[in-house]
Amino acid sequence: MTTSRARKIGARLGAAACVLAAVLSTAGCGWGRTVAEKEAADAASDGSTNAASCVDTSGDTIKVGFVNSLSGTMAISEQTVSDSLHMAVDEINAKGGVLGKKIQVVQQDGKSEPAVFAEKAKTLIEKECVAAVFGGWTSSSRKAMLPVFEADNALLFYPLQYEGMEASPNIFYSGAAPNQQIVPALDYLKEKGYKKLFLVGSDYVFPQTANRVVKAYAEGNGMQVVGEEYTPMGSTDFTTIVNKLKFSGADAVVNTLNGDSNVAFFKEYKASGLKADTVPVISMSIAEEEVSAIGVDNVKDQLTAWNYYQTLDNAQNKTFVKDFKAKYGQNRPTSDPMESAYTSVYLWKGMVEKAKSFDVDAVKKAADGVTFDAPEGRVKVDGENHHIYKTSYIGKIGSDKLIHTVWKSDGPIKPDPYLKTYDWAKSLSAGVESN
Amino acid sequence: MGMLFPQIVAGLSNGSILLLAALGLSLTFGQMGVINNAHGEFMMAGAYTAYVTSTIIGNKAVSLGVALVVGFVVAGLLGLLLDVLLLERMRNRPLDTLLVTFGVSLVLQQLARDIFGATPVYAEAPDALTNPVTVFGYSFSAGRLFIFILSIVCVAALYAVLKLTPLGRQIRATSENRDLAEVSGISTKTVDHITFFLGSGIAGIAGVALSLLNSISFNFGTTFIVQAFLVVVAGGVGQLKGAVIASFVLGLAQSAIELPTSASIGQMAIFLIVVVFLQFRPQGLVSIRSRNLA
Repeated sequence: MTTSRARKIGARLGAAACVLAAVLSTAGCGWGRTVAEKEAADAASDGSTNAASCVDTSGDTIKVGFVNSLSGTMAISEQTVSDSLHMAVDEINAKGGVLGKKIQVVQQDGKSEPAVFAEKAKTLIEKECVAAVFGGWTSSSRKAMLPVFEADNALLFYPLQYEGMEASPNIFYSGAAPNQQIVPALDYLKEKGYKKLFLVGSDYVFPQTANRVVKAYAEGNGMQVVGEEYTPMGSTDFTTIVNKLKFSGADAVVNTLNGDSNVAFFKEYKASGLKADTVPVISMSIAEEEVSAIGVDNVKDQLTAWNYYQTLDNAQNKTFVKDFKAKYGQNRPTSDPMESAYTSVYLWKGMVEKAKSFDVDAVKKAADGVTFDAPEGRVKVDGENHHIYKTSYIGKIGSDKLIHTVWKSDGPIKPDPYLKTYDWAKSLSAGVESN
Repeated sequence: MGMLFPQIVAGLSNGSILLLAALGLSLTFGQMGVINNAHGEFMMAGAYTAYVTSTIIGNKAVSLGVALVVGFVVAGLLGLLLDVLLLERMRNRPLDTLLVTFGVSLVLQQLARDIFGATPVYAEAPDALTNPVTVFGYSFSAGRLFIFILSIVCVAALYAVLKLTPLGRQIRATSENRDLAEVSGISTKTVDHITFFLGSGIAGIAGVALSLLNSISFNFGTTFIVQAFLVVVAGGVGQLKGAVIASFVLGLAQSAIELPTSASIGQMAIFLIVVVFLQFRPQGLVSIRSRNLA
């Protein structure tokens, strides 16, 4: 074969490779997700027998399951949740366990794949006969596991703040509902007199749903959304978006970007001359760990909305931070998802002790009103929607890579995953329920 | 409207990034016909070089300068290694190189994950490059301006090497007619190695430069590889001029389309434009007429 023919074939192959890669990278992901959901549904349907009864309460130990991604793209984040879950269990065991039984942990790897989460949850419930499962991070992992837990009438404690619009009788949500994170963030901006919001997020479920809430809020509260931009996951080109931001006349930015995209966005924001004291960015997914990954120079003085910061000044938190660092390393920060996971173990313990039983139905019945003095402050379980009362904190990122509270809600906020109690959100909750 | 000027600048900046990513590829793919899927990982190697130098050298500007040189050498040597160990054995077997280099790209990604961890890191850029520069009352990213200039310098340097030096003549001769070059006394094997070293080295420089805009992780290169191929194919394989024009046309087109729509649509539109364009001009923007019978 002559070189020039090789070159021509090369050219064609190159073109084909481009198109193929493009197709795979977009359609491929979508396709994978449907399969994942399908498998999750399958996993749920053939497990229609009530398997919760196989929990063994006769010995002096009780089994619980953790399902976190210890490999794959989510591993960086979910490893920290697994760490704090283990710490909570170790603490409880050191103090005599639950109902006199030591907790025995069965750890499973969700491998950053929703279908694997569903499969491992099923294993934990039906093969390992655990009394409760803790874990999950992405909304897709939770949605994949949900049918499994409902079919087997088992318990899942899910630690992440999320987009709301869900309340399964078999899941306890220890992270923030939208009215405990997004709404307080907007309340804060309103209070500070910001009127023109620019929304930027990654193109997937959480940012899209969160921004629907933001738009409804703005409409009902005399604010204006002057721009709404989504970038493909992992996108690193923000020139046009930052140009749009500069020319939109926005006075604040609501940021729901994920992971790496934050780096490119904040670098572009800074390089274009925007500043935190003129057009601040309030972020929904930048916690203490992300600050170091993004580079503190790029996000210093920007705002975040969470329910916990490492810097919270109370006795429980000081002990929590000290113990965590002693156990896992002095350079490890503590963050909202970790604290929420840690708290969820204690809430389960509280429910079991109140019910005096590990039985799922008894635990669910006892759940309402169970409290725990968590590092984030006192939390309380809402028996109706299985979320918890949480205090909301708006924080400012400091040059010490930590986040410092600049505003907090008046005490713990009652969870309202469907935003039913807000007049401006009527259209939102109506839309969801009719689905 | 007021956004026209900054958008044109954004488009030129995007074009220069595409160009920098595609330049090395236009050598290895264009001149040698090797579809190197690991090209993005050579960029990643350059980016990690920037990270390593920034942790060793305190002065950020010096660190960047050192990284540009070391990044070129590191990525170049990786390329040379790939060429000597694997690709040399499969000249004129584009399908095999496609798969082999894909495998190499996966191996390099895992290697980076093992060495540097899965958490993204970042190389601290000199302050002068993270702050804005103001032109005609508009603020622009100094880092992007630096990348723009660097891409022009790289093109000029590569052009000079190809057109003015004996090595350049040998590269072009080998690419035009390998057999004839061989009988004229050129060691095409050596020329191939040097070409691959240069092309991969430029990927390293691109990686160092692009680390100014982004965090560095094991999948750093995957963001750019597809677009780099797009530029080379649209520009006309083996044509430096074509790659330059294609980069800037695509960069400007993307920022023009993204302005009234969204980032997702902008990215998609670029693919659409290239696919449609190649239907009418499969040989790309610029092509050489050759007397080859193939």
